[in-house]
Amino acid sequence: MSIVLTVNRRKRTVDADADKPLLWVLREDLDMPGTKFGCGAGLCGACTVILDGQAVRSCQTPIAEAAGKQITTIEGVTALPMGKKVVDAWIKIDVPQCGYCQAGQIMSATALLTATPKPTADDIVGGMNGNICRCATYVRIERAIREAAGLETKA
Amino acid sequence: MSAPIAGSAALTRRSFIVASLAGGAALTFEAHVALAAGSAKTEATMLNAFIRIMPDNTVVIGAKNPEIGQGIKTMLPMLLAEELDVAWEQVHIEQADANEKAYGVQVAGGSTATPMNWLPARQAGAAARAMLVGAAAAQWGVAAADLKTSAGRVIDPAGGRSATYASLAAAAAAQPAPDLAKVALKKPSEFQIIGTPKRGVDTPKIVRGEPLFGIDTRMPGLLHAAMVKCPVIGGTLASFDDTAVKSAPGVVAVVPISSGQCPAGKQDAVAIVGASWWTVQKLREKLNVTWETAAQQGFSTALYAQQAVEAFGKAPDTTLFKAGDADAALSRAVKVVTADYSYPFLAHATLEPQNCTALWHQDGKLEFWAPTQNPGAGRKDVAAMMGIAPDAITIHMTRIGGGFGRRLLNDYMVLSGQLAKALPGRPVKLLFDRTDDLRNDYYRPAGWHRFTAGLDASGALVAFKDHFITFGAGGKALRAADMPASEFPASVVPDTHLTQSFLATNLTTGWLRAPASNALAFVYQGFMDEVAEAAGTDLAALMLRTLGAPRDLPSERPGVVFSTGRARAVIERAVAFAGWTGKPSSVAGKGRGFGFYFSHRGYFAEVVDVTVTDGAVKVDKVWIAGDIGSQIINPLNAEHQAQGAAIDGLAQALVWQPVVQEAGAVQTVTFSDFPLLRMDAKPAEIAISWVKNDFPPSGLGEPTLPPVIPAVANAIRAATGKRLRALPLQLS
Repeated sequence: MSIVLTVNRRKRTVDADADKPLLWVLREDLDMPGTKFGCGAGLCGACTVILDGQAVRSCQTPIAEAAGKQITTIEGVTALPMGKKVVDAWIKIDVPQCGYCQAGQIMSATALLTATPKPTADDIVGGMNGNICRCATYVRIERAIREAAGLETKA
Repeated sequence: MSAPIAGSAALTRRSFIVASLAGGAALTFEAHVALAAGSAKTEATMLNAFIRIMPDNTVVIGAKNPEIGQGIKTMLPMLLAEELDVAWEQVHIEQADANEKAYGVQVAGGSTATPMNWLPARQAGAAARAMLVGAAAAQWGVAAADLKTSAGRVIDPAGGRSATYASLAAAAAAQPAPDLAKVALKKPSEFQIIGTPKRGVDTPKIVRGEPLFGIDTRMPGLLHAAMVKCPVIGGTLASFDDTAVKSAPGVVAVVPISSGQCPAGKQDAVAIVGASWWTVQKLREKLNVTWETAAQQGFSTALYAQQAVEAFGKAPDTTLFKAGDADAALSRAVKVVTADYSYPFLAHATLEPQNCTALWHQDGKLEFWAPTQNPGAGRKDVAAMMGIAPDAITIHMTRIGGGFGRRLLNDYMVLSGQLAKALPGRPVKLLFDRTDDLRNDYYRPAGWHRFTAGLDASGALVAFKDHFITFGAGGKALRAADMPASEFPASVVPDTHLTQSFLATNLTTGWLRAPASNALAFVYQGFMDEVAEAAGTDLAALMLRTLGAPRDLPSERPGVVFSTGRARAVIERAVAFAGWTGKPSSVAGKGRGFGFYFSHRGYFAEVVDVTVTDGAVKVDKVWIAGDIGSQIINPLNAEHQAQGAAIDGLAQALVWQPVVQEAGAVQTVTFSDFPLLRMDAKPAEIAISWVKNDFPPSGLGEPTLPPVIPAVANAIRAATGKRLRALPLQLS
């Protein structure tokens, strides 16, 4: 069926099953492979996108649920004011190791800081605990979030 | 891509450099340098660097090794750029294809790239620089020794002139090539790139979501494949009915294939190929498949545990190492300590699931886009499985979403190669789902150790025994299930006996980051902590006493020595750095543990502070003292690797759960069954201190990991009085 999605402020018409997850519509139908497949079960966060301001797991989001909402992916995150700050901090701190999870991490961090501009350590755990980094870049993820938030960062 | 022009050198000695004028570039250098630190196998002359000076005076440097997040794509070019004497901002890095004939070893494994390339990569850069300087000297009629270089220019201070490398290209190509072994290298005090923090070269692309990884491979006409794999490793396809699947919309083909894990000539997977991976993976439930698994069904986690207990009661199968008479020494010992330790099978759980894209060309050539840590091995496996010449295979290396050793083995290449052959002219990407990935790993093998140690009246360790129960066949340990005969303290205790017994399994085994060491550090340093306690001392003090005077001992691999002096120095550094006293904490529930391990040429002593509350262990701080030689090449990445490896070790100690097998099949198939460490378990602080010396630099991907595991176990003992002798560490 034909579904209209708003991805990174652009309207895109997709011909796919209503139950096809947003992740696979992004990767296969819209040629946007920045959003990553990690587990297909909402457990790792690699596929995180922002849907109307909320960080969601796109592997668990049928496109029918995403229709009519604002979808932001890693390819368009710097158009959000907080997204730009987060991406800049990620580059400055040089967060990635393998880099595979980092799109999801950046989307979760952007949603966290948009809702909570000055997060506590517990807020950071709460906002980021759904995103696994198998290389364990957690020290730098925390540092980059603090950097983006304008909080003091340890050297 | 380029023919050497007149005047370029093609010398017959083992190491040489060729300069040529290539299309597009102003000048190309190809350095053929014998790799250092290798065994006889790596003695061959090989190209291990290319440098292209572009007309705009930017420089393209080839990155020849697979990038799995260890930072090699940034680090190896830093070595070349340093000696070429260009500014890092001028450098563009290009991933090379797999070409073992040209480049030699192209492996992300064993933390070997630094020791192998430290000298040859710098020699290549220095030789290229010497030819550019020689060209300027000839042009200006001055002595090369009077010229300097900086940021990609040759400078004549006396004459007040300079020239870009690009402007000297044609003349440089005509220069005689210097002898790489004799070319002058910079003094460490002159380094401008080496030793300075450099960000990952792909970081800007990663944070923009650009397609870099194997799973992102895109090309016109790309087909997607999902597979139904035999749930039991080693089992084979008995029958399948694809009627319902073949008629479904979007399906192009259904193809039985082999992973290489089952007997030759059989298949153990059926792939569904179509226009969308989402569509074909959903159709898997409609594929009616039966498997032959009778030979494997008996294997289970419970069986191995029972067999290990039985094996402890029997004579060992083989002796691994014997010195003196351990039993006689034990009978004389004033104190005897004995304990059993164990660790489970583990998966790698790379976050990017296994995948590979392949294209069978009409001329019988096979092309891969492969996230592999070991393309050379993949080439051999594919050639053997498909009966084609290794030279008919082209391998493009993609960025890799986590390796940890999983991608040293190349089942995904073997599988996708067969799919490509079934669909000639059409590129096919095979993607595992998470269950496929966790169920078809090359697992870190489980193991069991029964230790006995004897102390004399002075508290010295005088007798040592380990009966190691591991997995093997035909009297030999399976891949990554072995233990070095030189395992410390066997090499220093006068009366020692290391023995082994072997269990059978159908599971495929393989290397997990710091293989063998990640398990042996836990059991050996955990047990040594018990010995220290029995001797009335602490582990750091017992280690210093047992290591004795500085000297070289045999090590975990041929050609590498274990320097007790270097071991002492990192232990002493860790003691000072962490303020280790060996005394218990005065605060209830808090404890501090120590661990030392030598692996992959790196010496690491680590201290861990934990707080235990109601059986839950929180890691407060990790101190890392490490010796990887004279130079930290990229300090930013070194910190990254050390932090990541330490947290990876904490995950194995506290978070990961055993891979469980029932009726032959792995049952641990989701991230619920196999939980990974998350932000909430990150230690509050990780402090790192490097011990520098005059030894050549060595690798860092692995050796930080092993000692943190026993350090946590020993900290839990200090905090609670409970001695945990099995991984994962669980109190209750």
